[in-house]
Amino acid sequence: MIEHVLQTLPQVVIDGLALGAVYAIVALGYTMVYGILELINFAHGEIFMTGAFVGTALFLSLSAFGWLSSMPMLLSLLIVLVATSIVTGLLGMGIERVAYRPLRSAPKLITLITAIGISFLLQDFVRFITELKKGNYILTGPSLFSGQVNISASSIWSGFHDASVKSSFFIVLVTAVVMMMTLDFFVNKTKWGMAMRAVAQDRETAALMSVNVNKVIALTFFIGSALGGATGVLFAIQYGTIDPYIGFILGLKAFTAAVLGGIGNIRGAMFGGIVLGLLEMFAAANLPIVSNGILGAEYKDVFAFSILIVVLIFKPEGLFGKVSIEKV
Amino acid sequence: MKRKKAFSIFTSATLAIGLLAGCSADKTSETPKNSEGGEGGTVIKIATQSPLSGGAATLGESIKLGAQLALEEQKEKFEKLGFKLELVPYDDQADPKKGVANAQLIGADQQVLGVVGHLNSGVAIPSSEIYEKYSIPMVSPANTATDVTDRGLKTVNRICARDDFQGPAGAKFAVEKLGAKKIFIIQDKTAYGTGLAEAFKKGAEEAGAEVVGFEGITIGEKDFNGVLNQVLAKKPDLVYFGGMYTEGGMLIKQARDKGITVPFMGGDGMDSSTLVEIAGDAVKNTFITSAAGIATATESGKQFAERYKQKFGKNIESYSAYGYDAMGVLLKAIEEAIKANGNKLPSREQVAEAVRHVQDYEGVVTKVSFDEKGDNKYAKIYIYKFEEATYPARLEDEVSK
Repeated sequence: MIEHVLQTLPQVVIDGLALGAVYAIVALGYTMVYGILELINFAHGEIFMTGAFVGTALFLSLSAFGWLSSMPMLLSLLIVLVATSIVTGLLGMGIERVAYRPLRSAPKLITLITAIGISFLLQDFVRFITELKKGNYILTGPSLFSGQVNISASSIWSGFHDASVKSSFFIVLVTAVVMMMTLDFFVNKTKWGMAMRAVAQDRETAALMSVNVNKVIALTFFIGSALGGATGVLFAIQYGTIDPYIGFILGLKAFTAAVLGGIGNIRGAMFGGIVLGLLEMFAAANLPIVSNGILGAEYKDVFAFSILIVVLIFKPEGLFGKVSIEKV
Repeated sequence: MKRKKAFSIFTSATLAIGLLAGCSADKTSETPKNSEGGEGGTVIKIATQSPLSGGAATLGESIKLGAQLALEEQKEKFEKLGFKLELVPYDDQADPKKGVANAQLIGADQQVLGVVGHLNSGVAIPSSEIYEKYSIPMVSPANTATDVTDRGLKTVNRICARDDFQGPAGAKFAVEKLGAKKIFIIQDKTAYGTGLAEAFKKGAEEAGAEVVGFEGITIGEKDFNGVLNQVLAKKPDLVYFGGMYTEGGMLIKQARDKGITVPFMGGDGMDSSTLVEIAGDAVKNTFITSAAGIATATESGKQFAERYKQKFGKNIESYSAYGYDAMGVLLKAIEEAIKANGNKLPSREQVAEAVRHVQDYEGVVTKVSFDEKGDNKYAKIYIYKFEEATYPARLEDEVSK
């Protein structure tokens, strides 16, 4: 049994990392907004989805003009990533300006419901546009980075089986790591990052210290949504086919990852995302073996969420969260 | 205040008048239809019920046109017997509520002796309750859900195969023709997917294959690598998927990316051009089972397709020939009921009984004999194979009971 689990481990870890990286960056968007506004921005999953669609549309039009084959792959990827993040970043800022800012002093529940409303709006808007253009809301992008890479894990230890990955896996992982490191640097080392942390800590006092709160909040939304949109592009490259409803389940899981890592904590969200992706992939591949066929792969979410519950029982603030002192 | 009250009375009065006017307009437009009889012998009406508007209109219309062609070809024969055939097409809009409302209208029209319909099982099931009440025989060209005939209604018949035959037929093909010994089954945890996968599993085990895995996935997810890692570890000869084309396409694509080259198989839920679009080249070596056969495989089917094209200027769809055959069965039963009744107009009950007794009717796409439940004994499951990344797939085999 153990031997069997070990054999597939390299492949499971690789697949789990790819999924976990996606969860991690989407979780960043949730956690940043929560840290600053104490608002769970449920529309973030849909911003991720919009990013996937914008990115695929860009790839499709690039290939329609024949530029995709004439440019180096990495350059076109960079162009699409940057363009998509600007579009979704502006979208996120716009949503904040139109839907959340007028409600900033309203009860939290009202903003939460507004966020759910926005997410429906985005879903159906994207579906409408895609159906109008294509007659079908399921969109399949051009296949990029689809080469296979074999990792001979058996040469490290003979108990492992070899793993094979699409080369897009490396793109997803590297881009994700670069984005997370840049964000970490930005928040901890720059002036604007300091302003963001100040607003998160105490909005009124930050305002008194001549921090432009509205600007900082808009910037937070821009960064969170830009990262979410770029992740959407990565997702579209990795999985090929997207539909307007991918944001829902993925958003839910990314939110869970944010809670697991301690909501409001940026490094916690990254860690939580990776852990959740690995757990889920491990459960899907090994549950039937470990439980002797009683629990099938369909219980992977039950397994992952049970771990979340256990963590929250013993550490309610999440793995990296700080115990918050009630402000009086 | 007074003025407000007067205004509200005025508006409600206008509304009421409008409503009344609407009703009467409906009636006047319908009366000439009903009183059309008289000349040319007794009128026999056959209704069709299929979606003629909305997303499924292409398929619904093809059923109607198929039925219309059959009816017009037999018009003369019935005129010699002293009856005038008439087609009354109804649009069920693929909506159960509309289907039931139409069924009430059909039931109230005493000249209607039979119905050809529907396209959607979800519409056929409630509507057939109404047909049963009025004893109007229904011959379904396309409803595969088991509940359509399993309720034991006397008036409900179908010429296509049942859903629960798809699984065993697929299993038989997989084990006997493809030589699969170890089969891995994945399903999408819906009523359709699980039912299909369970039926396939039973069939495969009876045929002597070993089921090495039976796993579920969640609809709406896009990453199935976890389940596929299990497939990779178990090394099966065939992977069966019970579910729809969206998940099926992703599953096939990710499996091929992982180097799983064994054939995939699925049910009619995967029979869509979108499957090919999602999976791309990975779709090769995929088999699907379907209740809809290709009419042009036989000589009489080819002639039918030509006549259809000539008459309506359109190519046949997958269910056109089934509409044609359903009407053919119904007319044959009516003819026999007329003869049995001494060349007089038979009652609906007599026609319903005659339909159930139809044996060995040779249609253009299928042979028809009804069993005691109203299922067609000759109904076949067709197996298609994707050899190229194009839709539709190539017909590989047909399996009958």
